[in-house]
Amino acid sequence: MNRRLLFLLPLATLALMAGFFAWSLLAGRDPASIGSVLVGRPAPRLEVKALRDDEPPLTDALLRTGKPTIVNFFASWCTPCLAEHPLFTRLATRDGAVIVGVAWKNKPPEARAWLKRLGDPYKFAGADLDGRTGLDWGLSGVPETYLVDGQGIVRRHFRGPITERDVNETILPFLKGAK
Amino acid sequence: MIPELGHFALILALAVALVQGILPLLGASRGDIRLMDLGRTAALTQALLVFVAFGALTQAYVTSDFSVVNVVANSHSAKPLLYKISGVWGNHEGSMLLWALILALFGAAVAVFGAGLPDTLRARVLAIQALIGVGFLAFLLFTSNPFERVSPAPLDGNGLNPLLQDPGLAFHPPLLYLGYVGFSVTYAFAIAALLEGRVDAAWARWVRPWTLAAWCFLTLGIALGSWWAYYILGWGGFWFWDPVENASLMPWLAGTALLHSAIVVEKRDSLKSWTVLLAILAFSLSLLGTFLVRSGVLTSVHAFAQDPARGMFILAFLLLVTGGGLALYAWRAPRLTPGGMFQPVSREGALILNNLLLCTLAATVLLGTLYPLFLDLLTGNKVSVGPPFFNATFVPICAPLFAALCVGPYLGWKRAEIWPALLKLRVAFIAAVVAAIVAATAIDGRATLAALAFGFGVWLIVGSLGEFAQRLARTGYRMPPRAALGMTIAHAAMGVVVLGAVGTGAWNSELMQTMKPGDRAQFHGFDVKLERMESLQGPNYIAERATLAVSVGGKSYTVLQPERRLFAVQRRQVAETAIHTNLLRDLYATLGEGEAANGWVIRLYYNPLAPWIWLGAALCALGGFVSLSDRRLRVGAPQGGKRARTRPIAHPAE
Repeated sequence: MNRRLLFLLPLATLALMAGFFAWSLLAGRDPASIGSVLVGRPAPRLEVKALRDDEPPLTDALLRTGKPTIVNFFASWCTPCLAEHPLFTRLATRDGAVIVGVAWKNKPPEARAWLKRLGDPYKFAGADLDGRTGLDWGLSGVPETYLVDGQGIVRRHFRGPITERDVNETILPFLKGAK
Repeated sequence: MIPELGHFALILALAVALVQGILPLLGASRGDIRLMDLGRTAALTQALLVFVAFGALTQAYVTSDFSVVNVVANSHSAKPLLYKISGVWGNHEGSMLLWALILALFGAAVAVFGAGLPDTLRARVLAIQALIGVGFLAFLLFTSNPFERVSPAPLDGNGLNPLLQDPGLAFHPPLLYLGYVGFSVTYAFAIAALLEGRVDAAWARWVRPWTLAAWCFLTLGIALGSWWAYYILGWGGFWFWDPVENASLMPWLAGTALLHSAIVVEKRDSLKSWTVLLAILAFSLSLLGTFLVRSGVLTSVHAFAQDPARGMFILAFLLLVTGGGLALYAWRAPRLTPGGMFQPVSREGALILNNLLLCTLAATVLLGTLYPLFLDLLTGNKVSVGPPFFNATFVPICAPLFAALCVGPYLGWKRAEIWPALLKLRVAFIAAVVAAIVAATAIDGRATLAALAFGFGVWLIVGSLGEFAQRLARTGYRMPPRAALGMTIAHAAMGVVVLGAVGTGAWNSELMQTMKPGDRAQFHGFDVKLERMESLQGPNYIAERATLAVSVGGKSYTVLQPERRLFAVQRRQVAETAIHTNLLRDLYATLGEGEAANGWVIRLYYNPLAPWIWLGAALCALGGFVSLSDRRLRVGAPQGGKRARTRPIAHPAE
């Protein structure tokens, strides 16, 4: 009898999958809209080496200072990162935002050169060379940006470059409101 | 008039397919030879009718007949002839018609080349093939009629998606479909075998050429798609783990497993129910791929003709075909008699390991592809599963697969010793270790995993070629059977692909720079100068072209001319990369945004060994074709199952 059940296994798997497919089609969900699993939860582990020389590695403590923090994953090889970079520079200089930058799958000398050329808006900068921290953070690519409140809870997750509108409508109110 | 003829031919084809799907099955169960023979006639007729329909649609495209909705939506009078023709399958309806055509052609091929098959088996295979055809023809006629007219006819069409206007993509879908649909034959053979209640060595030998053919085409189709993504998307990458790419990779993995397990059935009369399951799965995964791509349940950069209404139809069809097949499997497979016994360390054992690992890989890809969907439905959480997941799961599972790949061919059937096999591989092992060490020290000190993978690539090549050389020496330098030759080529080709993937993936370098005419950039020993920018007028686009003069040590080396094309009809931009290759590395340039005042964004990539990825894949398919040409598999060569089973193992296949 057990042997027979084994032969039924492929069919059962198919039934399960088909159920999900039908559900998805009937629910009319839009797969193109991407949310995030992290919103409303404590930020994942942050444990990366510092990008700049002679700085201590980045730890979770940075995200639980009581002050809202912006965590931005970037890379020197990524064009959209170039596009959003001036916004971070402005957030750091004009609005005094605490921004943690993590260079994702980026060789540190290249990331440092990139920041040197464009200006460095990051109060803390880390290097996630093997992309493992990015994996923990559910990264699908760069750039991605997380708004983390003072208690270390992720409040917002942007996939792709942030825009002027994101800054005005979401990021600035978040920085003010969470203070 | 001609589109109506095509429509009519399609309706007739559906009727013929219904006849072909029912009567031969009845004939086979009643032992009525006339009903069984009807299958062959019907298969040929059906192929002819679908061919006429396909010809009619092609005619409408070539002559730009804008009274046909499909032509209006996907073609334009100013398009070059090649893209008018490829436009036929560059859309949902046309690609389904192409699918139906290939399905019918495979059915006709079974009718023509299957003369040596037992009557009942052939009748059942043709009937199953026709029933699948019924599904596709009904799908076409009832939900996606390619011959629909519009009145009054517009003056011109909307044009083909610019991304698809490319020689690489013109031939990518037909090759891919030859692979997908080719597995329908193995599926039909599996169902027929379950209906007959018999799977034996002869069955395995009959299935093998069809599996090989489908697998070769699928390999080429995937390679062409990956090559296209490499040079058209302009990211310098070759594989993005996109759902659409995964959809084609899963049947390939299952098909590769099937290719290997069928050998065990043929040689040792063992692993029967597993092989039948793989034959069902290979085609089911092809259908699943079609469903995922077209239903819109997953998002993809290749989003192609997505429509939830059609999705329901494909889902129902998928359930019918896969569910029917698996239900029959659950019912009949337990009765298949288990065959020969063997020790874990043996050729059989090695092939089982191969199957386990390949299926794990396929399951990993399936899980990674569907996980976002499951999670979204269950919890409402959205995630994206991308390269990080696959690099952390898929790639490590490849390691034992590649490690065992070279050992398997040295093991004898039934029981074998592992040490003598490993001893014979010492040269390959040393070569691999040296390669890994050299890679880790000389090329890239940080990416040790890449160096390890590089070692694996060398191991595959040297190990496979070494096995071939030792075989030659053993047999007094007589040419081994083509199947063995094909195995060596395909296995070594895998190594070539691995080297290419490691080189491009881990050791590439990139430079992005804003340049004005006259500016220079130093990149990887090349001196790159932006000579000039110019505008050009193409047949159906306008383009901006950069001319980059590349020199090495002051001597002029090559000229790269990347373009950015604006397709006027669709208002879409497509980057045309410029690639200079010397087969050891690609120098790759793309042109980004820009204007005269601030300069243009130029991106340069140096991709070591990149051409090897596609070269290796093509070699891999070549190995399959060589194996296919083996006399043993040649269609019509009469051989009893009994003889094959008692034959000495002088010709191990892959």
